[in-house]
Amino acid sequence: MFRRHRRLVTALTATLLATACTAGGGGSPADSGPKAEAPQTIEVWHGWSAPHEVKAFDDAVAGFRRLHPNITVKLVKGQDDTKILNAVRGGNPPDVVSSFSTNNVGQFCSSGALQDLTPFLQKDNVDLGIFPQAVQTYTQYKGARCTLPLLADDYALYTNKALMKGEQPPKTISELTALAKKLTVRNPDGSIKVAGFLPSDTYYEHVPEHIAPSFGVTWLNAQGRANFASDPGFTKYLRWQKSLLDWYGYDNVKKFVHSMGQEFEASNPFEKGKVAMAVDGEWRVKFLQQEAPKVQYATTPVPVNDDRQTTYGGGFVTGTVIGIPRGARHPQASWEFVKYMTTNTDALVTFANGLGNVPSTIPALSSPKLTLPPQFQTFLDVFKNPNSTTIPSTVNGGDFIVKFQSFVQDQWEPGKVSDLHQGLTKLDTQVDNALKLAGG
Amino acid sequence: MAAVLTAGPATVVATRARRRHRIRVLAFMSPWLIGFSFFFAYPLAATVYFSFFRYNLFQLRPVGLTNYRFLFKDPYAWTAIKNTLWLVVVMVPSRVLFGLGLAQLLAKIKRGGNLLRAIFYLPFLIPPVAATVAFVFVVNPGTGPINGIAAKIGIHLPDWFNDPAWTKPGLTLLALWGIGDVMIILLAALLDVPKTLYEAAAIDGANAWQQFRRITLPTISPVLMFSVVTGVIQTLQYFTQAMVAANASQGNADQAGTTTAPGYPDGASLTFPQTLYNEGFQQFNMGYACVLALVLFAVAMVFTLILLRRFHAFGDDD
Repeated sequence: MFRRHRRLVTALTATLLATACTAGGGGSPADSGPKAEAPQTIEVWHGWSAPHEVKAFDDAVAGFRRLHPNITVKLVKGQDDTKILNAVRGGNPPDVVSSFSTNNVGQFCSSGALQDLTPFLQKDNVDLGIFPQAVQTYTQYKGARCTLPLLADDYALYTNKALMKGEQPPKTISELTALAKKLTVRNPDGSIKVAGFLPSDTYYEHVPEHIAPSFGVTWLNAQGRANFASDPGFTKYLRWQKSLLDWYGYDNVKKFVHSMGQEFEASNPFEKGKVAMAVDGEWRVKFLQQEAPKVQYATTPVPVNDDRQTTYGGGFVTGTVIGIPRGARHPQASWEFVKYMTTNTDALVTFANGLGNVPSTIPALSSPKLTLPPQFQTFLDVFKNPNSTTIPSTVNGGDFIVKFQSFVQDQWEPGKVSDLHQGLTKLDTQVDNALKLAGG
Repeated sequence: MAAVLTAGPATVVATRARRRHRIRVLAFMSPWLIGFSFFFAYPLAATVYFSFFRYNLFQLRPVGLTNYRFLFKDPYAWTAIKNTLWLVVVMVPSRVLFGLGLAQLLAKIKRGGNLLRAIFYLPFLIPPVAATVAFVFVVNPGTGPINGIAAKIGIHLPDWFNDPAWTKPGLTLLALWGIGDVMIILLAALLDVPKTLYEAAAIDGANAWQQFRRITLPTISPVLMFSVVTGVIQTLQYFTQAMVAANASQGNADQAGTTTAPGYPDGASLTFPQTLYNEGFQQFNMGYACVLALVLFAVAMVFTLILLRRFHAFGDDD
């Protein structure tokens, strides 16, 4: 009996050793698996699910199908990061995956769930310079580039021309503050009838990651630790935000914000003419076209703090990412697909036109085939502006931004923080503890 | 020696018979044993094992008791524990009392009782996400009719899901709206109380309260106990409604690269299972999520033991 067990153990050990020795030993992943020219089917998981989104992706893939008739592309809609991670972990991943959350890039890259694309990029001499710096940042983690961008989102200031009463859109925070006060209309009881600009974190897209970059904040320090107490940009942002909030009255803002409908409904207060200026993503252009075609509006970059006027024109940039999971069976064909979808101007422009998003390469921005309204130009300019920024990837899915947002929304805005520096130092400790727990 | 030799074959036969009997028993029990091993024992053992590791679903690194120590300095976990306990203490008794009151009423109604039972049971059949979104919309002070109508008659209702002080009471109201499950089992229990007991009590001069206290309550108390303990276990696992209410009342939609803090407003709707989900599937701290799961398991286990003991006690009484 013992002999039988010993044989079993020996066989298992041999298998394990053989697996360990052969895993990753077959040369570069860029050369593994069937050649891209071989007939094969690749499965692509993506998160879009609305019929017009699915159609837009399918239209964008059409060019790839023509270019690579030997590769059959099977598109699977409505997939999220949890499903992707489970499939990779289960050893049966699709060939290509796309994720909406750039916050999870740190996890994807550091865990090896998605393959490092560097060997593929080097093999085909893909110039990363076609992607703006911010985009290059959010698609990698500590040098491991496991994703590439597939369309992008960025943010700008929308101004309602009728409510602006002939005023020019602001370029600095002081201009924004002055205009916000001037354009605000109050009811007899002091409550807000029309808001100039709502500084609250609870107003849809006015979250810190979209507004704080105007104050030049650096989210994490060089050691990858929280920087809230050390970076004066955060203090400037918070003090400005609170001072304007107090001018409105916290309760008035709360009442106004809570009386609004959902962000993506026709009851959106900017579309309804209840807000004169609002920071929002490029997708609002398409919503305005469909839901409020009569609203006359302009788009300009988000105003910057007065000591940072040279950086005007940039903004917050993020987007969808695409990569090849560990264990994908057709890595070479998958790479051809990823390369085509992320670098081919026609594919990006077709997709961008369909979704109303920003095409994610600099050459695609100037394509004559882009059929988006004139207000969209601001978003194309913000996207390629060297002053545009993003948030860094971490191993714990952007926990630092969630904690900062909680601090702003729940502590700072209601006036529960008596000592800002002390509050931010405590926040730094909480963020760092969570980062350490996750091995960051 | 001879005695031993003669007794030997009989002992062997008896041993074989016992072994065969055991195998037979095990064979009959095997569906349960297999299910228990694969779906309970193994996941539980794995959860305990992973709780000593930093585990992001792909990489496993031993960290000793670090995950357990972090529990004591994690403010989110403590907020979630407080909220969950609040819900257990307030929501569970509210549901049982409301369900009992409603069942009492429906048990007494002679005409139209079936229709009323269906009306009160219906909200329980609505999927939790749809029910929560609808409820949040209805009580929203800006877009819903309830607060508006109340204001017109001079009653100023709170901003339920946007005010930290009123979020948990709002969730309790939502739970009372979907009272159908508790109501129906209590109604069945009430209808099972022998009418002769009430008749005898009435002859002895017992009033309505005395009849309820001395006849109804003792008779239906096993069902009441069942409702309480299953209610506690369900509330310890309270997740969907709290998360949907927070998102719906916040008005924001999930966008690429945009993150929203859980537990809106001010952590008031953050429940323990939400924290567990957030740690495991948003931050990929599977090791720490396992610690949270074990805490939840331990608390739920304590209540399950209470349930078993109480049922045992009722059994003895019988």
